[in-house]
Amino acid sequence: MSLNIAHLAVALAILSAFAPLLFARKTALLKFFSFMFLGLSGCAAVVAGAMALLADQVVTMVVPIGLPWLHCYQKLDPLAGLFLLIVGLVTAVVGCYGPAYVREYENGAQPLPVLTVFTGLFVAGMFLVMLAADAFSFMLAWELMSVASYFLVAYQHQNSENRNAAFIYLLMAQVGGLFILLGYGVLAAFGGAFSFDAMAAAPLSSGWASIAFILAFIGFGMKAGVVPLHVWLPQAHPVAPSHISALMSGVMLKVAVYGFIRFSYDLLGDIHWQWGVLVLFIGSVSAILGVLYALMQHDLKRLLAYHSVENIGIIYMGIGLSMIFSSFDLPLLAALGLVAALYHSLNHALFKSLLFLGAGAVLQNSHEHDLEKMGGLIRGMPITALCFLIGCISISALPPFNGFVSEWLTFQAALQGPAIDSGVISSLIPVAAAVLALTGALAAACFVKVFGVAFLGLPRSEAVSKARESSFGMVFAQGVLALCCLLFGVFPTWTVGAINVIPQHLLGVGLPAATEKGWVWLTPMAAETASYGAPMVLLGICLAWLIVWLWLHPRRRKTPVRVGDTWDCGFGPLNSRMQYTSSSFTQPIRRVFRPVWPIDEQIIAKDEKHPGGHYHLRVGDWAWNKIYLPIGRILLASAKRAAMIQGGNIRVYLAYSFFTLIFLLWVIV
Amino acid sequence: MQLISLPVSEQLILTLAALILFTSFLLLAQTRLVTLIHTFALQGGLLFLTTVLVAIASGRHHLLISAALTLGLKVFFIPWQLRLLVVRLDIRREVEVVGNASLIMIGAGALTLFSYYVALPIRELSLLSTRNTIAISLAVILIGMLMIITRRKAVTQVIGFMSMENGLMFAAVAATHGMPMVVELGVALDVLVAAILFGIFFFHIRSEFGSLDVDRLNRLNEVDR
Amino acid sequence: MNGWVIAIIQTALMAAGAPFLTGWVKWVKCKLQCRQGPPPWQPYRDLAKLFRKEVVISDKASVIFRISPYLIFSVTALAGSIVPLLAVGLPTSAIADVIVLVGFFALARFFLALAGMDIGTAFGGMGSSREVTISSLAEPAMLLAVFTLAMTVSSTNLATMIYRLLDFPFQLYPSFIFAGLGLLLVAVAECGRIPVDNPATHLELTMVHEAMILEYSGRHLALMEWAAMLKLMIYGVLIANLFVPWGVALEYTAYDFAVAMVTITAKLLVLGIVLAVSETSLAKMRLFRVPQFLGLAFILSLLGMLSHVILEVR
Repeated sequence: MSLNIAHLAVALAILSAFAPLLFARKTALLKFFSFMFLGLSGCAAVVAGAMALLADQVVTMVVPIGLPWLHCYQKLDPLAGLFLLIVGLVTAVVGCYGPAYVREYENGAQPLPVLTVFTGLFVAGMFLVMLAADAFSFMLAWELMSVASYFLVAYQHQNSENRNAAFIYLLMAQVGGLFILLGYGVLAAFGGAFSFDAMAAAPLSSGWASIAFILAFIGFGMKAGVVPLHVWLPQAHPVAPSHISALMSGVMLKVAVYGFIRFSYDLLGDIHWQWGVLVLFIGSVSAILGVLYALMQHDLKRLLAYHSVENIGIIYMGIGLSMIFSSFDLPLLAALGLVAALYHSLNHALFKSLLFLGAGAVLQNSHEHDLEKMGGLIRGMPITALCFLIGCISISALPPFNGFVSEWLTFQAALQGPAIDSGVISSLIPVAAAVLALTGALAAACFVKVFGVAFLGLPRSEAVSKARESSFGMVFAQGVLALCCLLFGVFPTWTVGAINVIPQHLLGVGLPAATEKGWVWLTPMAAETASYGAPMVLLGICLAWLIVWLWLHPRRRKTPVRVGDTWDCGFGPLNSRMQYTSSSFTQPIRRVFRPVWPIDEQIIAKDEKHPGGHYHLRVGDWAWNKIYLPIGRILLASAKRAAMIQGGNIRVYLAYSFFTLIFLLWVIV
Repeated sequence: MQLISLPVSEQLILTLAALILFTSFLLLAQTRLVTLIHTFALQGGLLFLTTVLVAIASGRHHLLISAALTLGLKVFFIPWQLRLLVVRLDIRREVEVVGNASLIMIGAGALTLFSYYVALPIRELSLLSTRNTIAISLAVILIGMLMIITRRKAVTQVIGFMSMENGLMFAAVAATHGMPMVVELGVALDVLVAAILFGIFFFHIRSEFGSLDVDRLNRLNEVDR
Repeated sequence: MNGWVIAIIQTALMAAGAPFLTGWVKWVKCKLQCRQGPPPWQPYRDLAKLFRKEVVISDKASVIFRISPYLIFSVTALAGSIVPLLAVGLPTSAIADVIVLVGFFALARFFLALAGMDIGTAFGGMGSSREVTISSLAEPAMLLAVFTLAMTVSSTNLATMIYRLLDFPFQLYPSFIFAGLGLLLVAVAECGRIPVDNPATHLELTMVHEAMILEYSGRHLALMEWAAMLKLMIYGVLIANLFVPWGVALEYTAYDFAVAMVTITAKLLVLGIVLAVSETSLAKMRLFRVPQFLGLAFILSLLGMLSHVILEVR
């Protein structure tokens, strides 16, 4: 049943890609049908995922398509169900957001149908990845997802910057796909078949298992965007249309996380502690570098893209902890780490989509993506500002919103480190927790900057001061996500209770103690170890607020608030250029963590071009300077060498074929 | 929670071990020479306390002599001499560090963990309950070495050297309840001689090169550049 | 039900006692500097005066500016309710553990920093920028210090931590010395005291906390100031009751409460004197020395953790 609904979701997504082509001339109908089908497809996926997750059922099916000896296996289990739910939720919301948002592309340089076709295919590809139960259909769906999203990134290809970003994205997606394929290849060679069941049963030696793991880690890591494989993310996300950025950043990265969990827990099974340490280390590095690089950005969408690197890092930290615990035969703690990682995947999908949709609303209404030119948007766009604020609080991991719960669970997992029977590892884990704390605090700093510079203060440009609230569909979509952020933060017990079935499938145990104190108290290990009463927190804040408000009420009546000019120390009026900007806000952090970025900073004194002097700041990415550019140079140089075999003479080419033939004959004999 | 099975004296030794490690970190973090010398004296003082404690707790009274030597040499004489030197050479403030200061501190933390890792097998062998201190003393020695590597001025390098020696002494006292008397006396004498020799060298380095910056010694390099 | 009543009374006591602690520190400082000084209860008078005064708000202020004082005070008060002042085992302490406590402070700070940026003046932005920098360095040090304790007693729940520490027979934990010192330094930085920030300054270039609340007046300012005092109080109680847990009531009898009341008062007065002495003997740092200060706090906490692993576990 649940699998059928999931297939319905896929069919609806494909329908949303192609059915509206009938109305290619009528833009209004095209938009309506395309996004309606997309939204319905998302809803169907949510239903299917929730059924699989809540009813704890595993449904399998063999679809007799494909090659005669290679049928297409389909499976929907709780792990796939959770991620299907995540993808479906965001897709449904994008279905509401889209029609109003794509209005500005109607008369653009590119035809609108291109956007809708590839959006539908992209979503269908993501659904199919979750449902695939053999390597062949997995890779097909994976490539459908990658290639469709390439066209979405390249949608506005009139800018060379966009083409460049799309090319890098495609390149890295293909290289990543290759690594995944090789990983499956190792498993298939030992398992003798391409179906996941056969692969899971494959008798692997420890060495081969590690090789397969490393291949999968690199392959999925490239899509997920862990440092140093993250460079495509900050390039591709800002140039895609905002609702596509929401899907890519909020959801597609989760598909990679899903693939990684599926590969390492389900297919490989027997986990080594070295893998866990590697994942934890890379996760910590991604988290801290992601947030530090995000802090230095002033393009809103690029900043959010770097935050995706950070959050993927946090998810990987949870997975890494879980792997370490699992290898030391502590399944209960491994379940805790895994639940934390899965919960954070869900949360990140919610708040990151929310923030991208908010950024899209700002972009549409003010045509501004540079934080340095924003300001005071809260006056023109109050509801968007409120939703964006909720997104900011959630991503900064502040109680009582959802981001906090999953980080809290990760902390709890890290605190169980001493249970490990190895002093060195058990003392490294709290250090990772300290890195997580630093990450959280810096993320809060970053979002104080984002909200403070973009929505508060005085407008820094003419267009921004005239921005008005978006249309209903866009506001509604953001409102739904903001509400989800609150609900998943205030009622974590139910969510953890639902997610619990996944570690039961993968590790054999769930967290029995997590929900035993009722729905108010989240107690991951035991009530006396740690407890968090999220509803009580919200209630407590409201209650304290009410008390203070009632207590001050008589005074408010007696002396109402007087509104006046801002105090300007008796000098002239204040203007918007006197405010702290995005760059000046982060200057202390830039100075403290100086070696982290390649910084090009110049102060140009007055000259003819700049009568008032000029300040130039450009913050790069070491990953480019130190890894990718050298690799690119080496590749070019070796390609030049290899080009020598291109003699241009037909006889030489024939000779190549001749010798190849002889070689092959020799090999066959 | 097995700490509780230890007598108070050994709990105290463990606490002192932690404090000695802390002084090592302080030495590494210090940016003023005079404070650096005072911190070094503090480390010597902690070592003295440990030795006295072990001597009383284990009833090995010859350790008291070693304690007295520590007190006399490391807490008073050498710091006093070094301070005199610093004042006479007029190099009170400058402690130049090679590399990033916070990275070095993180490195020191990593060294501590590493020495714990290295000391694990040794720990299994020792019968004494204070065997955990081996890791600490190894860490003190390694941090002393790190200090020698990362500092430019000869005075700080000498202090790094002395702090290494402190780590060694601490291992001898806390983990094995002291070495034979002759060895201890010899070590104490060595330190004294080393201190005096270093003192003489300082003046020579300075008169030759006009500075105490050991990077200037690169000029002794015989290869032509 | 009984527990809830005690918890509410305890929270009220915390909020009521906070201005006195601030006033006490100021008074001791004045005595140390041979000045007459206002009496320790002066902050009550100041707060009462501010509550009576008219509120003036800039026409550039948004709703964030207006709700922030209420939100910050509520969150800080809630944070106060989970810290065991007198007794352990109260129902409020199950709401949140020490990590959530850090989260509460972060939430309050988030809105404080936003409020600083709301009007769009240079001072507010400057204060916010500095505050988030300092706190983002302080938070890891604090959590690492707290983790050391949490690993020793295998719990992050504050009440359980104190209960277990009281329950164990006395022993020397080397790690506690470091964690305690680290937490002390963090508290100094987080509460905006010398040498990180000067609560008495109104010199533009040195302000951090004062710069953010520069635009506030009347009851809004009173709530902000009170929340800051409450924060100092919470850190004081946290340090006093975690590292010197004796005296905290384990049972709800009048005698135990009386003992707890006397001991916590004594502990806080002593802590206040320590703070006053250190503030008198230290000079305020340059802003870019603060990372080194907090680096020391971090190293202390790290050493605490390492010495816990190396020396105390076997």
